[in-house]
Amino acid sequence: MGFKFVILWTDLALWALFAALAAYVWHVSRQPQLRSTWTKALHDGAMLASAAVLSIFMLISALDSVHFRGALALTEGQSVTYYDTRTTSLFDLLLAKPLLMRESTYSAPLATRALLKEAVERDGVSVRELPRLVFGGAHLEDPERDWLADVLQRVVLGLAGGALLTAAAALALCAWDGRGQGTLLERVRLVMTGRTNYPWRVPLLTLAAIALLAGPVAALMNHYHVLGTDRTGNDVLVQALKSVRTAFVIGTLSTLATVPLALVLGVLAGYFKGWVDEAVQYLYTVLTSVPNVLLIAACVLMVQVFLDTHAELFDTGLERADLKMFLLCVILGLTGWATLCRLVRAETLKLRDLEFMQAAEAFGVPHLRTMARHIVPNVMHLVLITTVLNFSDLILYEAVLTYVGVGVDPSLNSFGGMINLARNEMSRDPLVWWSFVAAFGFMLTLVLAANLFADGVRDAFDPRARAFRPRVAPRAL
Amino acid sequence: MTVYLLRRLWYSLWILVGVNLLTFILFFTVNTPDDMARLNIGGKRVTQEQIDKWKAERGYDRPLYWNAAESGSEKLTRTVLWERSVSLMALHFGRSDSARSVDIGHEIRTRMWVSLQLALPLFILQLIASIGFSLLLVFFRHSRIDFWGVVLCVVMLSISSLFYIIVGQFLFSRVLRLVPISGYAGGLEAVRFLLLPVFLSLLARLGSEARLYRAMFLEEIGKDYVRTARAKGLSELRVLGRHVLRNALIPIITSAGSYLPYVFLGSLVFESFFGIPGLGAFVIEAIGGQDFAIVRTMVFLSALLYIASNLLIDMAYSWVDPRVRLA
Repeated sequence: MGFKFVILWTDLALWALFAALAAYVWHVSRQPQLRSTWTKALHDGAMLASAAVLSIFMLISALDSVHFRGALALTEGQSVTYYDTRTTSLFDLLLAKPLLMRESTYSAPLATRALLKEAVERDGVSVRELPRLVFGGAHLEDPERDWLADVLQRVVLGLAGGALLTAAAALALCAWDGRGQGTLLERVRLVMTGRTNYPWRVPLLTLAAIALLAGPVAALMNHYHVLGTDRTGNDVLVQALKSVRTAFVIGTLSTLATVPLALVLGVLAGYFKGWVDEAVQYLYTVLTSVPNVLLIAACVLMVQVFLDTHAELFDTGLERADLKMFLLCVILGLTGWATLCRLVRAETLKLRDLEFMQAAEAFGVPHLRTMARHIVPNVMHLVLITTVLNFSDLILYEAVLTYVGVGVDPSLNSFGGMINLARNEMSRDPLVWWSFVAAFGFMLTLVLAANLFADGVRDAFDPRARAFRPRVAPRAL
Repeated sequence: MTVYLLRRLWYSLWILVGVNLLTFILFFTVNTPDDMARLNIGGKRVTQEQIDKWKAERGYDRPLYWNAAESGSEKLTRTVLWERSVSLMALHFGRSDSARSVDIGHEIRTRMWVSLQLALPLFILQLIASIGFSLLLVFFRHSRIDFWGVVLCVVMLSISSLFYIIVGQFLFSRVLRLVPISGYAGGLEAVRFLLLPVFLSLLARLGSEARLYRAMFLEEIGKDYVRTARAKGLSELRVLGRHVLRNALIPIITSAGSYLPYVFLGSLVFESFFGIPGLGAFVIEAIGGQDFAIVRTMVFLSALLYIASNLLIDMAYSWVDPRVRLA
């Protein structure tokens, strides 16, 4: 079966970002100073654990960013291949079964029957009963009798799989880290007691927790709705997993969109001073004078009108929703550069008066070269700290913006959209809590990991911040 | 002082002109008034006459920036940009774009007080709670209380404010039935409706604020005057409460002051979630109904408030720290 790749705007941006990330890693490995800072940062357990969690989320978003449209089967006498109107991603292939398991309405996690009673015709009499789900537990003959045994069996299997995976990862790590010293068993003991160079124990425990959770979920999700279904019968777990990409895209692209403007304007203002500085300062004072939400709302409303009047530009609904999300990132970037710009400007002003700058001037190095070679590398740590700190804020911000109605398109899965729906469900009777809990769990994990990672980066690159780190003083001997 | 104030006001005026220009470009150039009319009238078939009538009713039928048909200075003044800007600057907000066409100025004047009822107690309680909590952490620094306190802060700031609202409404209104779920009433009755939003809003911001303030206090605590105070034999409580707190007030004022515009504008999300008819809910309704006149006005108004609160912050600096001279 043929297929055709669909390159969405955010896919392109995300892959460019991954390429840039790889280039940065290569750059760090060649720069002794940067390398030592990063090594120091990674010597922290919380940092390693959050990096492990973040890379799992990153993997999900990467898989979810390769889109294509499958070819439809050729009918008799047809010479042109037509493609499916639905765009699927690599990640969708993994979720192929749960994506198809669409019920008609609400059902509780792991349920075999719907949540609400329906009138059913039985022996000519209409009875109100809880109907069996079309997919959830459909393979069970008698759900009341077989359900518990089946679920338990799958959970145990999943747990075993997860444990096996963790053990394999741990052994591989032990074999790789302590090359040439002691037997494998000794090295395992060193890792487990936390006496290795890097605190491997912490990320391994994190991975173990994730694997032990994901194992049973993977074993169950093709036969049950692990986190229930929502009002239209869609699997909540699938929605949450698909929302990861949206959150990731908003978090990364919006922060990156702030960098070019903030860096260029900040360095220019600090370097040239005078009227350039005045102009840049005026620009960001005007921008910060308007509350961010309102400015974003105004921009998004305008984009909305533009998209509505130019409907012919898009092949599928997804492409339209995706461009809207891409533009939202650009808007967030264009409205949010003031903070970073202010920091860069102040740092540049400070650098401008240092001796090495005078030396560069005395040698007659042109302005552009001075800025690129001498100033930009010296303010990059600010850029890094601010972007990493921004990431988690933006994920939280997306939820608020979507609630206000200027966020991600409702046709795309997003945490904001899930919360928005969950809000009404929490006031239903019987209570529908699973969408809320799913969105809460995923979002908290992602944001918490991002926050811990950001704190680690800040502590490594800003020595002043290290002093504020909470630590328990060693007991006096 | 007077010279300084005058200079600041003069600069503020230019900032306002900039904000006005920015919003104008956003609302009128990116999409022409014709697009707005089409969107507002709705429906598939919209005739040019309907559009012209809609524009004429709202005064959008003139050229945007430059009226070539007129003569002299009227080339500039008989345009949409000029008329809108002048009326905004004079605080004549006019009527909204939608079919209901409410008087924006009147709405703002009535809703303002509702917003203030929510936001002012919140602002004060927020300061007290955050400073109190962070001082507690600083008092127990390098101990388990501090460590787990900061961990709690990080977890709290990783939770979206929407979650606080949903859980809070569920817990306090549905399960415990302590307060009404949403709504608003005038007079003393308002307290019952405002209790929950104030408390939840406090909780939602406590994590980030307390962590920030803690860092500010710790920065002060390493300084020489603190050592001197301790050497004099003052108790730790007194050192923290009298010396460190006073010196850390400047960064605290800066950070708290950035919330001042929201004191008047109301917290957008909280007002609309709890059905409190304040300015925040007004904006959300306008965004939902795509009423650009209201959004435009609120952008302008909030810029005005931002500038005013910045001025207030600067005045507060010199009140807190006599060394700061405004010149």
